[in-house]
Formats: sequence, structure tokens, C-alpha cells
Amino acid sequence: MKQFLGKKVGMTRVYAEDGASVPVTVIEAGPCHVTQVKTAEKDGYRAVQVAFGEKRKNLINKPLSGHLKKAGLESTRWLAELKPEDGENFEAGQVLDVSVLHPGDIIKVSGISKGLGFQGAVRRHHFAGGPKTHGQSDRHRAPGSVGASSFPSRTFRGQRMAGRMGGATVTVKNLTVVEVDKEHNAVLVKGAVPGKPNGLVKLEIVEPASERFKKPKEK
Amino acid sequence: MNLIRMIEARQMKAKRPDFGPGDTVKVHVKIKEGDKERIQIFQGTVIARGGRGANQSFTVRKISAGVGVERVFPLFSPSVAKIELVKTGDVRRAKLYYLRNLKGKSARIEEKMKELEEASGPAAAVPTE
Repeated sequence: MKQFLGKKVGMTRVYAEDGASVPVTVIEAGPCHVTQVKTAEKDGYRAVQVAFGEKRKNLINKPLSGHLKKAGLESTRWLAELKPEDGENFEAGQVLDVSVLHPGDIIKVSGISKGLGFQGAVRRHHFAGGPKTHGQSDRHRAPGSVGASSFPSRTFRGQRMAGRMGGATVTVKNLTVVEVDKEHNAVLVKGAVPGKPNGLVKLEIVEPASERFKKPKEK
Repeated sequence: MNLIRMIEARQMKAKRPDFGPGDTVKVHVKIKEGDKERIQIFQGTVIARGGRGANQSFTVRKISAGVGVERVFPLFSPSVAKIELVKTGDVRRAKLYYLRNLKGKSARIEEKMKELEEASGPAAAVPTE
């Protein structure tokens, strides 16, 4: 398994052995309970459906609670599919923990970014805005021209404008796992991770530590 | 938040004296030169403390060869081997940035009178008993 689910807890810093301060995001990862195994024969693709997180059981509707019963669960906050590796077999009811990850792994982390609401073009697309002086009025943060005149008589699709910002799935690549704490299900990842604390994040190993340090260094 | 507290608690094991702005401290800094390690002492006045938990830092200011030098240290950094409290200063502000504009006699900080503090301490405690 190269993918795993976690909950963003927040950021802090840890000190490396040489005294360097490392900014880390604390992620509470797992345990994930396998609720369903999808196979190529039956479902057309291979996947492992896992449940992660806590939720009061009176918030779970009957169809879902019946589905979770097969894995011996009463409730879950999230359900998601993970991609198994070739040759890996899972069974409903199985519990996966953070031991999937190891310190030194290069991972990518996906999450839903903070919703920022309706934002102007300056904030949303890094437009420069208008001049501050020389008789400008009301043009300081204006987006500028959005198209030509009678031809084409319309604004092209995809023209960058003000609008809803954030709340989209964002993936951050090339993050390093600093520490894995199996006892507390905690993973420390160097750098920032999308979303607010308590949000769901998906971790995916891009280059495992075992392979990273095996290769001779190219110069 | 508990998980973060737990991780920060592990970082905060180094012993640090209780000091604040206005105090004079000796900071023992580990310095790496090649593969040798030695300790350098930076002595000066604490002009600010910042942060909380494992993220705390403090700023030390001294006048070196007539030039003001300020260094910001992370409080729990392993490269800070030791902090020695030399003098406690009597100041009324949390941040002493005004010292940057002062020099010579006016940049001095008066030492806190310990005996006076101790004398007023037990006296204040008496009525509560």
C-alpha cells in the first residue's frame, strides 16, 4: 500500500540532530479499517475502501451502518478508496496503521484547501492591479481588460476573474516524512499541507526511503 | 491539539532559566567548524521574548566594538548549550526595542533589587493566611 489517510492536526517545529529547526505538519494517520475490497472481476478495477475517523453513531444512516457492519465498525467520519499495489491482498475488517510510512519517504499530500470565499483578481490570480497614483480612481485592484471589442464580442472561456477561491483539492508534492510515531498514529511531514486542521488528507508515497538511500548518489 | 503538545513537550527538555526582557544573559552557543565543535558565549541584554511552546525565542542585544549586535535564539534549540542568567533588569516593557535608539549611559538598565522583592513577598502573603 502506497497510499494512506490522515487528519491534519497542525504545525510545529522539531529540531534535527544537527540543531536545525525543521517546520513540520503533524498528521494523525490511521488506523484505517478496510470496509470493502473492490476487484477487477467484480467492480472493473482494484481498490480498497477504507474507513477513517470518528463520528457519533447516531449520525450514520442505516444503509451506511449496514455497510460498515461487515468490517465490524459502528461509524466512520470518512470513507475513501485507496489503490493497492500489485499482488497485495486485503480483506474487509482488516486494520491498516501508519507503518505504511517510514521516515525519509518522499510523499505527496492531497487535501481540500481552505475556502477563502469570493476573492478579487489580485488575490486570486496574483494580478498586479492598477497604478496607485496619477489620477487613478477605483482602478487600484481592478482586473483590467477581459477581452477585445466587436470581434469576438464575447469574453473567452477561462478568462481569469474574481470569484470563489480555495476549497479545491490541492496536492503538494515532494514532502519528506520526518518521523512516524506508531504509538500515537502520528506522522510528521516537513512543510505545509493543504487544508485546515481536522481536514482529511491523503498521503501517497512517491519514493520510499528504502529506495532513496539505496541508490548511489549521482554527481 | 494534544498530539502537538506531546510533540512539543519532547522538544522542550533542555533546561532553561527563568528570564525575561531586561535581564543580562550569557548564551552558550555551539559552533561547528568543519568536524570540530566549540562553544561561543554571547553575552547581552534580553530585549524581547517571543513565541509559545516549543516555538519560543528570545532576542539578545549587545554592543560589540561600538556596533549594536542582536541575535535571535530559539529557546529550545540544541545549538544553545546553556543560558546563564547574569543580572535581572528592572524594566517596565515586554519589548525593549527603544534601546536601539539609545547609546551609552541612557542605554543602561537598572538591576532589580532582589532583597526588596523578597521582603515584600512574604509580607503580602501574611494576610491570606
